[in-house]
This record gives sequence, C-alpha cells and structure tokens, in this order.
Amino acid sequence: MSGQMNLTLKVWRQKKENQKGQFVTYKANNISDDMSFLEMLDVVNEEITRKGEDPIYFDHDCREGICGMCSLVINGRPHGPKYGTTTCQLHMRSFHDGQTIVIEPWRAAAFPVLKDLAVDRTAFDRIQQAGGYVNVNTGGVPDANTIPIPKRIADEAFESATCIGCGACVAACKNASAMLFVSAKVSQFALLPQGQTERYERAQAMVDQMDAEGFGNCTNTGACEAECPVGIKLTNIARLNREYFTAKLFRQEDIHN
Amino acid sequence: MSKSKPILTSSLGRKLVMSLTGLFLCSFLVIHLIGNFQLFANDEGYAFNNYAYFMTHFAPIKVVSYLLYASIVIHAVYALILTIQNKKARPVQYNQYDGKSNSAWNSRNMGILGTVLLVFIATHMQNFWWKYHNDQVPYIEYTKDLNTGTITSRELSASEFTDYLVTTDNGQEVTKARDLYKQVDFTFQNVGLVILYVVAMFALAFHLIHGFQSAFQTVGFNHRRYIGIIRFIGVWVFGVLIPIGFAAMPLYFYFIK
Repeated sequence: MSGQMNLTLKVWRQKKENQKGQFVTYKANNISDDMSFLEMLDVVNEEITRKGEDPIYFDHDCREGICGMCSLVINGRPHGPKYGTTTCQLHMRSFHDGQTIVIEPWRAAAFPVLKDLAVDRTAFDRIQQAGGYVNVNTGGVPDANTIPIPKRIADEAFESATCIGCGACVAACKNASAMLFVSAKVSQFALLPQGQTERYERAQAMVDQMDAEGFGNCTNTGACEAECPVGIKLTNIARLNREYFTAKLFRQEDIHN
Repeated sequence: MSKSKPILTSSLGRKLVMSLTGLFLCSFLVIHLIGNFQLFANDEGYAFNNYAYFMTHFAPIKVVSYLLYASIVIHAVYALILTIQNKKARPVQYNQYDGKSNSAWNSRNMGILGTVLLVFIATHMQNFWWKYHNDQVPYIEYTKDLNTGTITSRELSASEFTDYLVTTDNGQEVTKARDLYKQVDFTFQNVGLVILYVVAMFALAFHLIHGFQSAFQTVGFNHRRYIGIIRFIGVWVFGVLIPIGFAAMPLYFYFIK
C-alpha cells in the first residue's frame, strides 16, 4: 500500500506572454507517492477545473522521458530534485508529506512564458534550422552501413544525439546559456562522415543563431551537465568550441541562408 | 547569402579572449611568484632590489609587462560585457534557484572574485609599482665583498642617489639601488593591507580553481587523457601553491621580519 501525502504547491500563474505573473498557492491532497509529478498536477488541475477556474497550464507529451516536452523548475532545479530524469519520470516519492513545492517555468529571455508554466522553445527550433541538418543526394536508397564508422565514434555521436531538446540546460545555467544543447546538436553531425559537408558552416550558423536568440554566455559552471535528463556531457561544449574556432580561424566560409 | 558574424562579436569569440588573457595572466603569476621568492633571502634585499631593477629596465620584459597590463584590462572589460549579456539573458529571476546542487560556488561567482582581485591589483600596483616608478621608495647602497660574499648595506639619502649603479673596485662590488625591499617591509607593517593581501589570495585561489580548467574547456581542449593533469594543476598549483606562496609574503614581513 503506497503512502498518501498532502502538499502545498506554489505555482507560477501568468495569463499570457508579456503579462505580469505571480505565485498562487494550491493544496494537493491525498497524493499517492507512486504518481508522477505530472499526474500530481493533473489531480490538482481536476480540482481547479471543478471549481470553474482556469487549470494550470504546463507542457507535456509522451510522459515516457523521451520527447523533451515537459519542463518545470521544481524547488529551484529543472526537472526536480533527481539527477538524470525528466519531470514526467519524477515520482512523488521524491517528496515528503507536508512539503511545500515551488513550481516555476524555465526562465530565459529566449524562452518567453506563453502561459503559466509553458515557455516558447522555438528558439531551439530556429537554431536547429540554422545548421542542424545534413544534405543527402536524391536517387536510389543507399545500402545501410556502406560507410564504415568506428564503433567508438558512432557511440559518441549517438550519445550526443540523445539530446531531447527540453531546455533544462538553459534553465539550470546561471547565464541561461544554450551551449550544451547547441554543442550536442553540432557534435552528433561533426563526428559522423555524413555531417562533414556542412561541418564548419554548421558550427558558425548555429552559434550565430544561438547568440541572436539572446541566450547567455557559457561560463563552464557545469550546471547544464548536472541537470541534463539524458546525460549530455560537457565534452560536447569543448567540441563545439573547437568546431567553431577551427571554422572561424582556419576555414572561414560563407553561410547559406 | 549572409556572412557569419565576426568572431569577436560572438559569444564564443569573446570567451576565447577571456580564456587567452586569463591563461596569460596565470603564466605571469608563476614568474611573479618565483621572482618574489627573493624577498625571503636573508640579504637585506640585495637580490630582490637588483631583480626589481632588471624587471623594470630590460626591454623584452617591458614589452611583456605592457601586454600584461592590457590583458588585465581586456579580461576585466570582456568579463563586464559578458556579464551584462548574461544578466539580460534571464530578465526574470527564479524565486528559488538551487545552484549548489549542480555547480560549485566559485564557478558561479567568478565576477565577484574577479572584482576583489581587480581592487587588489589596483591597490597592489599603487603600493609598489607606482611608488617605484615615481621615486617614492628609499635608496640603499650595498657593499659586497667578492671574495667572502658578505654583504653590508647602508641607507642612502635622496641627494646621494643618482641612478642605479654597480661599480667594482678592489674586490668590493658597490651597488646603489632603489630599495623596494624596504618599501615592501614598510607596507606590510600595515595590518589592513596584510589582511587585504591575504583575502585577495583566497579570492585568487577560488578564481583559478575554476578559471584555469575553464580556460582550457573554452579553447576546446577537453581530452580524456589530459584533463586530469589540467584539473590537478588548476587546483593544486594555481588554487593552492601559488596563493599560499604569495600570501606568505605579507605574513612573513608582518609576523617574522
């Protein structure tokens, strides 16, 4: 029999972008410790809806920890108090009866609040569109595994490619820097033969877009790596730096629009 | 078609400047410490005062010293620019921000530590550099017996001193010099300055424990085989040995001399 708990929530409520928001206190009663954090919010929202009020708006999709849609800064930490997990995979057993939980949206100029706890993360999409792609020739379907790739390189590229683009790195960083995200996206292509065609244009274009979106500058605190739900490593950031400086200092090229 | 932004207007380019000036300042610390160890020699400042003359009059050293002043200014100015951008990147602060669970205190407070160091550098240069260059230090004459190596000294009045002069006559080497050693001794009788110097060395230690390895990360050097030795040097050489070596100087003159 799982335990039941009663909690006090302080939730950021904001009607729309550019409006003033404030914290509103809610009671979450009879919460099972087997619930996920989002299920707990669902229970609270049902109560709010029954009262005829506007439910708490928050992002979620797969609830399996793989889509990168859920967010929330919970008691000062993105995706809550556990390391290596998303909010949907966070369970209420990580909290205790009577606890007060402060829930805030990602805070960054580049991630404006849309409503309550949901932020606009299309800045990440625009960074991806600036260079996070590979060109392929049309024609017949190439045989799988025709290009030999050393296992260690493939593994490293896969590690970088696990980034789900949730934005926890930005939320955790004291400077709201997007370096971990951008470095993961640049790395996965820079490592593989398929990504060589646009390699140096990509690093420049994605860094330019990152700066244009208004993200902060990396100060290597390592907060992003610690809070990343899928364990993207700081070595990616060093690789992005290498890619960018190599491009700028030794292989300056124009960027396609 | 659009061109990528110039390197020095990008976040990564500015961080490269921080990294390179920072590492240059680190290399200076090593030389500065080794040279200043002559303060501990029991020769009434003979070695130290000759060294001070050499360091201020040897042309290549003068060139490097101007590079050094420029590096300090550039490092501070770029830090200010980057910090302002970082503040802008998060216009709405978190109600709760649990930084200690994902990053080290010193890595998040490099600006505060750097400001302490800037105040220290200004005071330090006024104490010694300014006074030495503006004839506000005492004068001394050493007589060294070249056969026995014994050194005797007497203070010179301003009227007896014209310029740094070494003459050898009859097995006696006579040196007239500005007595920066005496100035050091005099300065470190002031308990307030001794405290400032020691506190500043704590700030230096924490600044460099993060800064040294951070500089390598920024230039893109984060290699599994070498990162251990870089972290080791950052912590034990720049974070412990060098600050202790410098802090020993005011403490030595205040408590022992």
